[in-house]
Amino acid sequence: MRKNYNFAFLDEGSKREIRRAILKGVAIPGYQVPFASREMPIGRGWGTGGLQLTLSCIGPDDTLKVIDQGSDASVNAVSIRGLVRETTGVETTTATQEATLIQSRHRIPERPLTRDQLLVLQVPTPEPLRTYEARETVTKRLHAEAEYTGAYLELFEQIVRYGTTTTGADHPVMVEGRYVMAPSPIPRYDNAKLDMAENLTLLGAGREKKIYAVPPYTHVESLAFDDYPFVTEEFEGAHCHRCGATGVYLTQTVDPATGEQIWMCSDTDYCDQRVEAASSASAAKGGDAR
Amino acid sequence: MTDASATVQATLPRPVTHTYVDDAPVLKVTGLSKRFGAGCSYCSDPEAKLERNICPVCGTVHAVRNVSLEVHPGEILGIVGESGSGKSTLMQCLYFDQDPTEGDMRVAAFDGGAENCFLVSRQQQRYIRDRIFGMVYQNPYLGLRMNFSSLSNIAEKQIAAGVRNVHQMVDRGEELLERVKIPLRRKQDPPRAFSGGMQQRVQIAKALSNEPPVLFLDEVTTGLDLSVQARVLDLILSLRRDLGVSMVVVSHDLGVIRLLADRTIVMLDGQVIEHGLTDQIMQDPQHAYTQELVYSLL
Repeated sequence: MRKNYNFAFLDEGSKREIRRAILKGVAIPGYQVPFASREMPIGRGWGTGGLQLTLSCIGPDDTLKVIDQGSDASVNAVSIRGLVRETTGVETTTATQEATLIQSRHRIPERPLTRDQLLVLQVPTPEPLRTYEARETVTKRLHAEAEYTGAYLELFEQIVRYGTTTTGADHPVMVEGRYVMAPSPIPRYDNAKLDMAENLTLLGAGREKKIYAVPPYTHVESLAFDDYPFVTEEFEGAHCHRCGATGVYLTQTVDPATGEQIWMCSDTDYCDQRVEAASSASAAKGGDAR
Repeated sequence: MTDASATVQATLPRPVTHTYVDDAPVLKVTGLSKRFGAGCSYCSDPEAKLERNICPVCGTVHAVRNVSLEVHPGEILGIVGESGSGKSTLMQCLYFDQDPTEGDMRVAAFDGGAENCFLVSRQQQRYIRDRIFGMVYQNPYLGLRMNFSSLSNIAEKQIAAGVRNVHQMVDRGEELLERVKIPLRRKQDPPRAFSGGMQQRVQIAKALSNEPPVLFLDEVTTGLDLSVQARVLDLILSLRRDLGVSMVVVSHDLGVIRLLADRTIVMLDGQVIEHGLTDQIMQDPQHAYTQELVYSLL
């Protein structure tokens, strides 16, 4: 740990202010709490909201995992993990079950999180009504009055134009029957993981200066119409090329050896653990045969 | 508000009878005022002499001053007056776009006229806006979401009123677009891509989507060419005839008022200076300003 920084980079006053915003967010699930987003050593829009949440919540005993689109090895994840490690000296891991604090961009790990784990999501646009109404003063009032015509209208417009809702990610959700919330651009597949989750999820938007939260055991329902129910991404017939997994969120890629289109687990740690388990199982089997 | 008129409200649409005499009003406004500015001891007196609508002492603008009106079932009430006479501000107060400084509004279809709707909660005001009132603004940019398709624009009010069935809203939207004579192949186009007359007709379709018993029309025909104007006026009259919608029609065009309105009020500098049957006002204007207005038409 570098000594020329305060523990976890931020000064204690900043951390306290951010923690206060977090507490308010937890107390009002789905409500966007404004906070004074700090200047961070990474650019705004690159995860500064999530980073500030992580730095405010982390303690010396925590074990940190940082993922970007499901991968522990992508540049953003590596940089943020490095920054937090150097300014706190905490242990880092890639294994989901070993982490106590997980900062993630655009995915929720496949392995269900437990009550002892904290999930921090990075949010680019926290306001689900922004395309419907540009003025913050008005959207604040719409939230206060639980007036969510705009969120439904977006979906209606998509159905009218394309015959289906076209939210690839960031499909708006209703939190505990009160606030409509942007779940950060997680795929629709992950929306269900927020519903009645055991863990606390914190969402931070550094550029937009908003913090909000989904406490454990909170009802989170994806918005939909009666005759157009919410559907997640379909991976009918597809399985992970590497570990064979089905029933997980897959991404399409090209096999560099054969040039064929293949599917892979988006959550690389989940995939690695499955490959490892399979190889140790076959090794054990091989040992029995001998 | 009597029980009988409550039933009348519940059974809309219905044929219009032209015997309004003892019908309870669907909309009753008393003492509506809208000030821009703090006001002072001089101009708080309702009889105070103002420079047009501006207080000579404190400079407060009295956009609407102590206006009262009633609209009966199936009736069209006209409001005329020159630019800046407070017509649009009055309409925006009625539609909750602006908060009036003081005043009382009773809406029969909401609670039988029991409460002053300017004092009920914002949610209840939204309820009235979304289900009981319809509004067509002078400027289509105020009433439409220019980047959403026409169908979505029409559906917006239904979504606000709690409809969550896409097919139902699409069917209703197509029905209304047909009614306002917009070809269905343009249903996915945003109003931004429409001509002014078409935008105005989309606004009307939007205002009608929940079959509101009360419709506010603010200068609907202003700026439209004559043939489109005639078509829009025709549509408005057929709405009254077929659906029995009550309307408040604001216009500075006396021709439009003469064609549409059963009764008319004349506004000048934020005040009502004359009110009565439209024919009566046209043929026997009493106030000097009304006389000027009517004679300038001929």
